[in-house]
Amino acid sequence: MSNIDNRFANYNYPDVGGHFGPYGGIFVGETLIPALEALTRQYEVMKQDPAFWAEIDHDLTHYVGRPSPLYHAQRMTQKLGGAQILLKREDLNHTGAHKVNNTIGQALLARAMGKTRIIAETGAGQHGVATATVAARLGLECHVFMGTEDIKRQSANVFRMKMLGANVVGVSSGSCTLKDALNEALRDWATNVDNTYYIIGTVAGPHPYPMLVRDFQSVIGREVKQQSMAQFGRLPDSLVACVGGGSNAIGLFYPFIADTQVRMIGVEAGGLGIATGKHAAPLTAGQPGVLHGNRTYLMKDADGQIIETHSVSAGLDYPGVGPEHSWLKDIQRAEYTSVTDAEALDAFRFLTRCEGIIPALESSHAIAYAMQVAPTLPSTHIMVLNLSGRGDKDLQTIAEIDNIQL
Amino acid sequence: MSRISQCFSQLKTQGKKALIPYITAGDPNLETSLGLMHALVVNGADVIELGFPFSDPSADGPVIQRAVERSLAMHTRLIDVLDLVKKFRTSNNITPIVLMGYLNPVECMGYQIFADACLSAGVDGVLLVDMPPEEAGDLHAILRGAGLDTIFLVAPTTNAQRAETICKLSSGYVYYVSLKGVTGAGHLDVESVVSNLTLLRQHTTLPLGVGFGISDSETAARIATVADAVVVGSALINKIEQLKNNVNYSAAELVAHTALIRTMRVAMDASNKCN
Repeated sequence: MSNIDNRFANYNYPDVGGHFGPYGGIFVGETLIPALEALTRQYEVMKQDPAFWAEIDHDLTHYVGRPSPLYHAQRMTQKLGGAQILLKREDLNHTGAHKVNNTIGQALLARAMGKTRIIAETGAGQHGVATATVAARLGLECHVFMGTEDIKRQSANVFRMKMLGANVVGVSSGSCTLKDALNEALRDWATNVDNTYYIIGTVAGPHPYPMLVRDFQSVIGREVKQQSMAQFGRLPDSLVACVGGGSNAIGLFYPFIADTQVRMIGVEAGGLGIATGKHAAPLTAGQPGVLHGNRTYLMKDADGQIIETHSVSAGLDYPGVGPEHSWLKDIQRAEYTSVTDAEALDAFRFLTRCEGIIPALESSHAIAYAMQVAPTLPSTHIMVLNLSGRGDKDLQTIAEIDNIQL
Repeated sequence: MSRISQCFSQLKTQGKKALIPYITAGDPNLETSLGLMHALVVNGADVIELGFPFSDPSADGPVIQRAVERSLAMHTRLIDVLDLVKKFRTSNNITPIVLMGYLNPVECMGYQIFADACLSAGVDGVLLVDMPPEEAGDLHAILRGAGLDTIFLVAPTTNAQRAETICKLSSGYVYYVSLKGVTGAGHLDVESVVSNLTLLRQHTTLPLGVGFGISDSETAARIATVADAVVVGSALINKIEQLKNNVNYSAAELVAHTALIRTMRVAMDASNKCN
């Protein structure tokens, strides 16, 4: 046990090339590499500057509304009859999800680099909204790439982005979802690399993005540490978060990596069930490969083609995952599992009725896992669920599933 | 000497520049791709860049994206593309073939298996768009160990230090990306290509090929006066896009269909004579 503790005490990733063990790295066309190197240099400099972090803290406090509460969901705890359930309320952030923690930080990098044009990809639209928001606030031109399939199922967020002044670009190649939006954003960036900053929304993509986004999202885990100490006098026993690209999960997990007594569980989108092949759970059922600039677990066929994924939740409907999650899986510091669409929908309804909180369908995956596992744990067990976003954007999807006319 | 080096040194003695068309294997199907390869040679191609499909071609513009989607709709696999090269080699043992694509299908096959298969099929070089020198480690050694040329991209954004590193790892030729953007883009600036090629020649004696956005014979001819090779992809695929996957085309039909390459050949040869 002590050997393992030492290993995680010295956890220090990525390396200079952006690798988390065999994962991560920089796998993009040559045109973008100098831009990625410039971004890495810029971040390495600003990271040392206390004024940079002070400005982020200021914005997170006064604009985003942090710290977000760590809410003891007593009725949910009672109903499940086991572990104490705590909800990290990222849904209460400005723009309704954890995504803004990252866009605040990256927008400051963009400004420092003198970029006048912002681009982003989005799946559920939460990252698109968070990007359009910071672009509006800094007066920057903003273009958001979104699969036409996602535009259909997340129309409320599309409208929000447009209201904020962003140009929403529909992407109708491939599966018309998040992965294709990412391809299109990379193409745009290669074309407009001189004046454009690409704000990636998750801990995937080429180095330095998995590191950047993790660092900006780690505020979630840092707050949870303090809040748990303040409320319970100790750290939680387990942390649970949904994993698509994995930014909310890494934000919660990262500050706890050396605290090996804390279990970390990532919940992927099991879609119609792992056995059906119609899911978005690369860590559960995929293999390592290279996509979107990094090596990581992927959903791919025997010839290396990326498979179309399925999830009721647009934000989890992605065939890859952040490379640091692949590494945490391999070194067995975090565990990854999945729940189905149906289980996530049940969890959505459960939390809404039980606690008066409407969760995002993405976050509902973490809740579904807790509903399965919490009853088997003692009441002394403290389980923190990352409620990464609110469900207002999903009401149309739920209404359609329930055959309700809005 | 590799087929690619042999090809370039022969062209040099003739005072000509290489014309390198790109097609996606399996678009519209593998039989037609074989016919197209021979037709391209008839029309004056010196080297063929043969694309193997990948579901997420993030460095390619819409024309090549569609070609890849058509190829994948026919379930073209990397082993099918290697088999296509083998068939081509039964009647053409001269024209160099460069396989071009993205890393994941190669990684999925396994580096050594891929290198061995390339060698036995008659492939001469490999260009992987999303594998920069920093990540090329094992694969680069394995490909070179098998006697295959490794072709890397240099972009307008590449600084001198990187260009030097890339040139050192390259063999066969160096591929200069003529513009900031994706394949088939429409904003090629010939003046910037000229000045960047001059800089690049300080780092290498390898032939310099130029591609991305060369769409007509006039541009091809102008580029040919400063580069050693002209690569043409999207403009050619625009023509191939009209071919149907349920028709058997005759050799003559495919030669006629790729006449763009003939006009580029003629224009390039004429402009080099003038110089």
